[in-house]
Amino acid sequence: MGRITLDKVSKSFGDVEVIPPLDLTIEDGEFTVFVGPSGCGKSTLLRLIAGLEDITSGQIRIDGADATNVPPAKRGLAMVFQSYALYPHMTVRKNIAFPMKMAGIDQAEQDRRIDAAAKALNLTDYLDRRPGQLSGGQRQRVAIGRAIVREPAAFLFDEPLSNLDAALRVGMRLEISELHERLKTTMIYVTHDQVEAMTMADKIVVLQAGVIEQVGSPLDLYERPCNKFVAGFIGSPKMNFIEGEEAAELGATTIGIRPEHISISTTEGQWKGTVGVAEHLGSDTFLYIHSDVSPSETMTVRVDGEFSARHGDTVYLTPRAERIHKFGADGLRIE
Amino acid sequence: MARSIAPRRKAINTLLAWSVGFLIFFPILWTILTSFKTEAAAIANPPVFIGFDWTLENYQAVMERSNYSRFLWNSIVIAGGSTVLGILIAIPAAWSMAFVPSKRTKDILLWMLSTKMLPAVGVLYPIYLLFIKFGMLDTKIGLMIVLMLINLPIIVWMLYTYFKEIPGEILEAARMDGATLREEVIYILTPMAIPGIASTLLLNVILAWNEAFWTLNLTAAKAAPLTAFIASYSSPEGLFYAKLSAASTMAIAPILILGWFSQKQLVSGLTFGAVK
Repeated sequence: MGRITLDKVSKSFGDVEVIPPLDLTIEDGEFTVFVGPSGCGKSTLLRLIAGLEDITSGQIRIDGADATNVPPAKRGLAMVFQSYALYPHMTVRKNIAFPMKMAGIDQAEQDRRIDAAAKALNLTDYLDRRPGQLSGGQRQRVAIGRAIVREPAAFLFDEPLSNLDAALRVGMRLEISELHERLKTTMIYVTHDQVEAMTMADKIVVLQAGVIEQVGSPLDLYERPCNKFVAGFIGSPKMNFIEGEEAAELGATTIGIRPEHISISTTEGQWKGTVGVAEHLGSDTFLYIHSDVSPSETMTVRVDGEFSARHGDTVYLTPRAERIHKFGADGLRIE
Repeated sequence: MARSIAPRRKAINTLLAWSVGFLIFFPILWTILTSFKTEAAAIANPPVFIGFDWTLENYQAVMERSNYSRFLWNSIVIAGGSTVLGILIAIPAAWSMAFVPSKRTKDILLWMLSTKMLPAVGVLYPIYLLFIKFGMLDTKIGLMIVLMLINLPIIVWMLYTYFKEIPGEILEAARMDGATLREEVIYILTPMAIPGIASTLLLNVILAWNEAFWTLNLTAAKAAPLTAFIASYSSPEGLFYAKLSAASTMAIAPILILGWFSQKQLVSGLTFGAVK
């Protein structure tokens, strides 16, 4: 079991309130991702749940029981850190065994769980090495192994992939997702990478300045962002925002249109523009276009990989009307 | 980035380094040489460095006149005891300063170090009176406490620097893994800090071994360590350079040997944090 409830939880460091009172429920077995720009309080929120920081006010409940004043060791949660935080003086086997040793689990059971975890994480050949002799990806797997063997109520991941290179990151992302499918344990995952959030989460919590902007499934957030911040944060490349006359015609202060929801033509369309930069990725091409409808920022358009365009070409853009998001003067979504 | 150094330049640098090293070691070498001379040869002017008659008579005289082993034992007990006492206080102190610092932690560290700037003689009178009051004059335990106190700022500071280098996340991971504070210190912090603790111990032993002001002023006969043993040869009877040198050599020999075998540990301890 692992249902975690935050009830009016707030956190201040001295006079600075980093997290104003917030409510949040994480259901048992759910993969929840906290996402937001750096400094938004997502890691702090995770550390409050872990018990590594004391909350200033409010209550944290784990499976209904008040855990607010329970020390981290007794909360039954396992954490994977960005820096892996392995014990450098212990072998991989001892690292993985450490939480079980602390829990007083007998040796035979320890060995059984270590072998199972090592097999699942491809670490069998490395059990007698020290963390210093492993690659980044292997270290991260040891950290995950150390978390698994405890059979915790929930896993907490604090930006676990940001120290890995891009290729490894994709691989580990899949491994963690698969782990979740297999264990069905609650996982809370903190990241600033919206791609990780979109691909892994059952539920995304978007945070900004300690405030929850929106909670929902990845597609919810993509299709119906509740404000301009979420609209701009979720989706890659990010949404184009247009202000002024074009927006006013639709009864909004700002309209937003995603790069993949604009069709392009060399002959006719709603908006005229010139190509600034064309990024050819093979499967897709991203065009950055200077247009009078959005004088302050270039507009991003996503087209087929085959579409050829060069700097200075004149193009015409047509947004798909049903995919236009409208936002009021307060930044909130208008239906 | 590696800088390439011309071989000629390298040769000059090496020569220079050896010269400076020799210059620093020279007084000790001279003392050791003098201890093997006759008293007449020892005061010869200009001094002779190699072409003299080697003799062990000074050592014989010193051994006959003083009970070397008792002074040695006192030195070992006082230096060792003050170090153990100091480290037991310094580890928790450094732990709290490194991992749960307050706004005033830096100030406290500086204030502690500033006590080292006070000339020791400035507090001789009150400490002497305290020692009389508590009956600690000429006792080993009294000296252990005083030497522990005067070196405490340095060992707290050293351990603090070491502990600072240990990432807090590792200790947090231990906490998440179910370790209590005691288990965290025993299983994680101490093993990771062993090189630092070892060089701190070593430095403290050396400092306590060589400390002369308090050991000379607060002891008479019973608790006198090797510093008093040397001092007894710079005597009112006149200057006996050769015997004084023999006594000095015997007093520094143990610590010199200890230093020689642990020099790697010492150097890494003293330059810790500067070069990683």
